[in-house]
This record gives sequence, C-alpha cells and structure tokens, in this order.
Amino acid sequence: MSVENYIVLACVLFTLGAIGVLVRRNAIVVFMSIELMLNAANLAFVAFARMNGNLDGQVIAFFVMVVAAAEVVVGLAIIVTVYRSRRSASIDEPNLLKY
Amino acid sequence: MIGNGAVVLAEGAPSLQPLTAATGVFGYLWILIALPLFGAAVLLLGGRRTNKWGPYLGVLTVSLAAIYAIILLVSLMGRPAEERAIGQTLFEWVFVGGFSVPVALQLDQLSMVFVLLITIVGSLIHVYSLGYMEHDPDRRRFFGFLNLFIASMLLLVLADNYLLLYVGWEGVGLASYLLIGFWQWKPSAAAAAKKAFIMNRVGDVGLSLAIMLIFVTFGTVTFDSVFAAAGEANESTLTWIGLLLLLAACGKSAQFPLQAWLLDAMEGPTPVSALIHAATMVTAGVYLIVRSNPIYDGTAFALTAVVIIGVITMFMGAIIGSAKDDIKKALAGSTMSQIGYMVLAAGLGPIGYVFAIFHLLTHGVFKANLFLGAGSVIHGMNDEQDMRRYGALRTVMVITWITFMCGYLAIIGIPPFSGFFSKDDIIHAAFEQNLLVGVCTMLAAGITGFYMTRMVIMTFFGKARWPDDAHPHESKPVMTIPLIILGIGSVVTGAALLYWGNIESWLEPVTGIEEKPLPIPAIILEGITLAVVLIGVAIAIAKYRKEVPVEAPKGNLLTVAARNSLYDDAINDALVVKPTYVLSDGSVFVDDRIIDGTVEGSARFVGGLGSRLRRLQSGFARSYALLMVAGAVIVVAILYLARLP
Repeated sequence: MSVENYIVLACVLFTLGAIGVLVRRNAIVVFMSIELMLNAANLAFVAFARMNGNLDGQVIAFFVMVVAAAEVVVGLAIIVTVYRSRRSASIDEPNLLKY
Repeated sequence: MIGNGAVVLAEGAPSLQPLTAATGVFGYLWILIALPLFGAAVLLLGGRRTNKWGPYLGVLTVSLAAIYAIILLVSLMGRPAEERAIGQTLFEWVFVGGFSVPVALQLDQLSMVFVLLITIVGSLIHVYSLGYMEHDPDRRRFFGFLNLFIASMLLLVLADNYLLLYVGWEGVGLASYLLIGFWQWKPSAAAAAKKAFIMNRVGDVGLSLAIMLIFVTFGTVTFDSVFAAAGEANESTLTWIGLLLLLAACGKSAQFPLQAWLLDAMEGPTPVSALIHAATMVTAGVYLIVRSNPIYDGTAFALTAVVIIGVITMFMGAIIGSAKDDIKKALAGSTMSQIGYMVLAAGLGPIGYVFAIFHLLTHGVFKANLFLGAGSVIHGMNDEQDMRRYGALRTVMVITWITFMCGYLAIIGIPPFSGFFSKDDIIHAAFEQNLLVGVCTMLAAGITGFYMTRMVIMTFFGKARWPDDAHPHESKPVMTIPLIILGIGSVVTGAALLYWGNIESWLEPVTGIEEKPLPIPAIILEGITLAVVLIGVAIAIAKYRKEVPVEAPKGNLLTVAARNSLYDDAINDALVVKPTYVLSDGSVFVDDRIIDGTVEGSARFVGGLGSRLRRLQSGFARSYALLMVAGAVIVVAILYLARLP
C-alpha cells in the first residue's frame, strides 16, 4: 500500500479528534479525542518511518506514547479533582480563571 | 600734554619687562595679603569673644599692610626701572599634566599703585568706620568683611596669572555681597546684595570664558607668557578674548549694560560705598583691561567696543547723578560716570592706559573723600539721605564741609585740584585719538560740574530744610581725621603723582605710552574744558540758588527718567527677566504636555489595547482550543501557500 493511504487516514483521525475536542463538553470524551489526535500523529510518524526506511519516526512515536501516558495521569487526576468539587465533568463549568 | 616735561617717553607698546626674583624686603610679599586675611579669619571665626578688640585688630592689620606697602614703594623706587617687576612663587596650586598654575605674586609698577590705593584708602576708611559703625552691635562682623575685602582685592592686583586673579575677583564680589547686605534685616539691603551678586555673575561668566579661551589659545594663563605670545595670536581670537574681558569689566565696574546694581549697592553702610563701590572694587574692571593691554593692542575692534561702553556709561552715570535726591545715589551715579571715563581712556589704547590708571588713583582718593563726607553728613542727620532735607549744613559741619569742597573741586576738575590733572589728561588723549570722543568727554565734564554743584548747594548751602528731629552736628575726630587726610589727598594727589611721582614714566614699562599731536593747542583745550565745566557749575547755581522744595518737583521727561535710573530695572526686566520667564514657562509646557504627553500617551494606548484584548480570556477552555485550531490552520495555510511556486 502506498503511504498516502496512511496519511489520509491519519488526517481523518486527527480531524475527528479535533472536532471532538471542540464540540464535546464531557471532559472524559474531550480527553479521549485528544488521545485520538495524538495517535493520528503517531500513525503518520510510523508511516513516514516506513517510507524513509529508517527508525526515526518509530522512535518519535514511542516518545509520544510515553508523554501521552504521563499526560493521561496528570489529566485524569485533574478531572477527578474537579469532579469531586463540582460533581460534574463538564469542561465549560470551571471557567473562573478569566479576565 | 601736561607734565611730560622733562621725561623722555618711549613710543608704542612696551616690550615685556622680565620679572626679577623677590629678594630682601620683597621676599615677604605674601604678608600683604596674609595680614588682612588673618584679621578676617580671627574676626569671623573668633565669634563674640573678639567683639571688644576685633574692630581695632581689623584697623591694625590693614594699617600694617599700608605701612609695608609704603616700604615696598620706596624700595621699588630705589631700583633701576627695568628691575621693578618682582615675581614671587609661593606654592604649586594646580598641577595637571603639562598644565600648572602656581600661586605666584607679581608686584610691578601697576600693581604697586593699586596696592597703595587699596591699603592707604582702605586703612583710612577702616579708621573712619570705627566712628561710623560705633553703635552697630554687629561691627565685629563688619570689620571682618572689610578685611576680607582688602585681602581679596590685594590678591586680585598681585596675582601673576588670570586664574589667581579670578580668585581675588570672586573674593571681592563675595565681600561686596556680604557688605551690601550687611544690614540684612532690611529687605531692600538683602535684595540689593542679591542683585549685585547676580549681575556680577554675568560679568564673571565673561571672565571665566576669557580665561578658558586664553588657556586654549596660549596654553597658559600666566600674564607674562600670555602677553609674550599675544602678538602672534590671530586677531579674531584676541577680539573675542578682549570682548569677554570687557564683559567681565562691565560687571565689576558697573558699566553699561550691567550698571544697574551699583545704585542699589548704596544700601550698604556708607564706608562700604566709599571703599568698595567707589574707590577700589569697581575699578577692578579698569585694572583688568589695562593689565591685559598686550591683548587689546592686537584688536582694534575690542578697543573700540571699550571706548563705546565707556562713553555710554559716562553719560548715563552723569545724567542719573544729576537727578537723584539721595546723596549716596547721586554719588553712585557720579562713580559710574567717572569709571566710564577710565574705561574710555583704557579703550583709547596706549595713549590712554596711563591716564585711566592716573584718573583711577585720583578718583579713588577724592571719591572716598566725597563718600566719607556724605557719610559724615548722613551720620549727623540721623541717617537722613535725602538732599532735599539738608541745606545750610556748612554752618554746623565745618570740617566735613571744607573737606567735601576739596573733593568737589577735585572731581569737577578745577586746577590745581587732583581731578583736574587726571581728567584733563583723559580729555587730551581722547582728542588726540578721536574728535567725537573728545567732545563727549568734555560734555561729560560739564555735566559733572552741574551735578556736583547741585549736590554741594543742596547739602551745604541755602536754607536749612532739616527734619524736625534732626540735630546736625560735626562728627567725632575718628571720622573727621580720615576726612582731613583724604581732603588733603584730593588737593595734592594729582600734582604729586604727575610731577613728583612721574606716573607716566612710572607706568610706561607696563602699559606703554604713545602720543599724537593735538588738533588744537593744549592750553586752548584746557581753557575750553574749564569753560564747559564752569558753564555746568553756573547752570546748577542758577537753578538751585533759589529755594529748594522739600518735595521733588515733577520735572521734565529727562529728569523723571534719570530719577528712575534711566529705567535700568524696567529694561532689564523687559529684556532679560520676562523673556526668561516666558522661556521657562514654555519649557514647562513642552515638558508637561509634549514630552510627558508622548510617554504617558503611549502608555495609555497600550493599557487601553490590553483592556480590550483581555476580553478574549473568557475562561472557556473550548474557545481557547478553537483559537488554537484556527491558528494552526492559518499557519498551515500560509506554509502551504508559500510553497506554491
């Protein structure tokens, strides 16, 4: 298969993720959308690594996974804390930090 | 010309005379300055402890200096003419790289006559002050200041370089300020002191700029080296130096346009007016010009400026002196006028230098005489200074009257009184140089005759117009004896200096001398001058013989102008003070509105922009995300478009 298919798939996934971040209110779902965007990027990396015949892209993909894991830890902790205080996981409600 | 009889005079500018080392009696030159300085230090630092004997110490130090000065004169006269310039280096003062200014004294023929004038007239005035200031609780301070003045003035005339001269110059300015404002509880005296100080500052700027220019041009400020090199300097530089020195002289000598302070300076005690504002300090400008004669020899333009200033001031002073009713202010106008004579004579070049100094010396004596006489009158009249309240004082103040008459005859130039010789010499020199200037000096001599006669008639003759509480009486011997000595001086100084002292050949090594043929025979010129003076006297007699009203009559336009000192304050106000206010108001406006406006305006703009932009921080995380996506899309779009061919 040519590399274009992978790239198109990655773009579709990324767009889905982005739309998910923008339109969903539930913090958990927004979080999952972010994961989707990250993995779309990973897919593109791996595809390019395959195309170029070296391992650089794959190494980057691993890095992204590690960082994503760490981010999930912190992000979920924040979501849980917010839920505890507000009894809601909506990301529109905690809007105190503004002008 | 009078009195050049047997003396053979070298023509033209002098070749510089070399300084001889100070040996023997000259080895202690510094004591001249140190004596009054010591007196000043003891009196001013000693506090009330010295109240009792302080004034006597002040008199003593100056008298000792006078005695030493006479010894110096005798020794100097015993030397051959070419060894009469003595130099003594005391210590290194400024020493930076190649530039060095020592504190060095120079006693030559010119300094010598000044030292004599300062110390002798100074000690007489000190003695007189013992009587005049007898009842003043602060007289210790007064004598301290007088001593300080004498020390500074001696430093001024003994300095051998411009920088040291400047120290003395500022010293006399300070002493003058302190003494004008001596009665500092009087607001008018305090204001007069400030006025004198500030107007003198204008002249001092001229002197300091001149010294800088001299240093830049010649690389030194020592008189000898500067004058030796003056011949080779280019003319425009010399002109600038000359004009700046003239500005300095105008400030110190109350010449137009810096003359306004002198009349107000009469707020000081009368001995101060006599010593500082008539006999010595105000002549420092003339000294400066004559001392710098090698510089002026190279610049006809600056010399002409000196003459013009002299002529203007001569007339202004005479006109002001003719209308003032305050006896001291009338005398102050006369001082301005007489110094105008000297400045004018100095501006004539080598023809006139000697006579400027000659007139300065005789004037120093007879004007001190007149001022002290006026002081004696004021003292006897309960501090009344208005001549319209005097009259008939000759009956009660015989000694004051007779000595005042000596001074009077001297100043109007009746032979053989001293002023006749010196003033006639100036008139001669003026006629030799320029007919117009000559006629001016002659006219001014006539006005001198008028205002002095007016003063004498109003004060000593006519009917008594005394205030009810006044009981005029003759002053004590401590005041009359100096008056008598100065009165005799007014009679004999002129002839003595000219015939016995040979002032022309005495000063010639310093100033040079030059003679030109007179357009008319000298004897006729003298006759005409005398006639003009007598016409002035006759007009005054005709005008003031009848009853003098106690209230000043309205007077014509010129009289009113002269009473207001020719509106000098108003003119200064309009030309300098007001524009300065306008300039400072304008500067404040520019600073407040334009400079501060720009800075504050830009700050306000940024602040306003910020307060609008912060509305974007809505607190909704999803709108931030949308912005990020939009931004990313834009960035990608730009990158993509930029890659197109």
